[in-house]
Amino acid sequence: MKLFYHIGRYFVLLWLILQKPEKTSIYRRQVIAEMDYLGLDSLGIVAIVSVFMGAVVTIQTAFNTDHPLLPAYAIGFATRQAIILEFSPTVISLILAGKVGSRVASEIGTMRVTEQIDALEVMGVNAASYLILPKVIASVIINPALVIISMFLGISGGYMAAALTDVVPLSNFTYGILFEFSQFDILYALVKTIIFAIIIASVSGYFGFYTRGGALQVGHSSTKAVVFSSIYIILFNLILTQILLA
Amino acid sequence: MIRTENIWKYFEDDKPVLRNVSLHFEQGKTNLIIGRSGSGKTVLMKCLVGLLEADKGRIFYDDRDFSAMGFKARKVIRKEMGMLFQGAALFDSMTVEDNITFPLNMFTRMSRTEKKKRVDFCLDRVNLGAVHGLLPSELSGGMKKRVAIARAISIKPKYLFCDEPNSGLDPPTAILIDKLISEITHDFNITTVVNTHDMNSVMEIGDTVAFIHKGDLWWTGSKDDVLHTCNKQLNEFVYATELMRTIQNQTQEGE
Repeated sequence: MKLFYHIGRYFVLLWLILQKPEKTSIYRRQVIAEMDYLGLDSLGIVAIVSVFMGAVVTIQTAFNTDHPLLPAYAIGFATRQAIILEFSPTVISLILAGKVGSRVASEIGTMRVTEQIDALEVMGVNAASYLILPKVIASVIINPALVIISMFLGISGGYMAAALTDVVPLSNFTYGILFEFSQFDILYALVKTIIFAIIIASVSGYFGFYTRGGALQVGHSSTKAVVFSSIYIILFNLILTQILLA
Repeated sequence: MIRTENIWKYFEDDKPVLRNVSLHFEQGKTNLIIGRSGSGKTVLMKCLVGLLEADKGRIFYDDRDFSAMGFKARKVIRKEMGMLFQGAALFDSMTVEDNITFPLNMFTRMSRTEKKKRVDFCLDRVNLGAVHGLLPSELSGGMKKRVAIARAISIKPKYLFCDEPNSGLDPPTAILIDKLISEITHDFNITTVVNTHDMNSVMEIGDTVAFIHKGDLWWTGSKDDVLHTCNKQLNEFVYATELMRTIQNQTQEGE
């Protein structure tokens, strides 16, 4: 029963979030600020993880597909597909769920327990919309950009690994990267990323917005935000993969 | 004027926190709600401003039925409200100036110069000088309360709500805050509702006083009546401190 209670309350919150903003110019400024806090601040970790994961995928694929019947370019092909279809949209979104989700939940949760959200509501501000909508919009704009960067860096990491370790000739690796490239794969990855961005910002916002208590409960909300965002990302990854690729 | 009619509020099915509370708060007066901790004062105030929904009863703002209004209609009335929270509830990531400008940015089309003037006026009104660029964490408790009052009056509210405005403050600062609330109320002809359990506040600023005990409205009257009531529960509350008992004894000896 509690699950239905939370689902119902989450959709009520979404309805509140989607109300007409009090003043669009203020929301616009908030979106830009959130793009900086939620997106650009995450660029470093996204870059590091992408380069190293790309390198590891290349080396692992090379060692596990060492068979005379498999062409050498398959390593480049597998690296590209793994990075574009799964690693960049899903794993990077999971990392962002940890970094951004905890930040959003603790920020909003602290505002709740210090009565700042009550102050907004008494003023006549739609607190849910003011606090969460800019984060959702900023995530929807910035997360696809981060994922595109991650794809580029992941494949570059694989290329560097190939160049430094000689697990596959570079010409074969490059051929594999370009082999039967489909633009739909990028579209598929971006659609997933946008859905995951909405999940991260709204689920974390939900847990922060309904925090009750004090510092301890803010910590709990932050943890729940990361756990549930990650679970929903994995769940929706399965659903979207079935819908888009089946 | 604010009027409540038969307000009931439950948190558990069989235990009402507020029982049939009917009150009216007059315009241009400091209307005090007094009572012991846990008596239901804050719940009543939260029902008044719409942070909690009363389970039964109605709330009227100048004959506008607030309890029957939807989310959008309530926003109109909320723009006429200012509230001073117990912990001040300043936006901690914003400077003092940004805190006071926030409602102006949200609900007015004032120019930058007009907003600056309004901020200076509000800060001057609460006797604060050059604190514009400070963060709430850099202010003392009394200063935070004064900034919160400045923010509350920045959009010229018709209704001002103060929840325990002088809790946690030293007596001189508490008196300063009380006087400030009273002055603002009379100067701007605002309907002010103050929650307190501080008898100093009652004697300083209480134009009208309502006593709530265990969720029931037990008594209403003026601050002068408070000292001479026969109501047992109110007497226990009023004369709880040694200071008040001494005053009572001296008054009786004088008579």
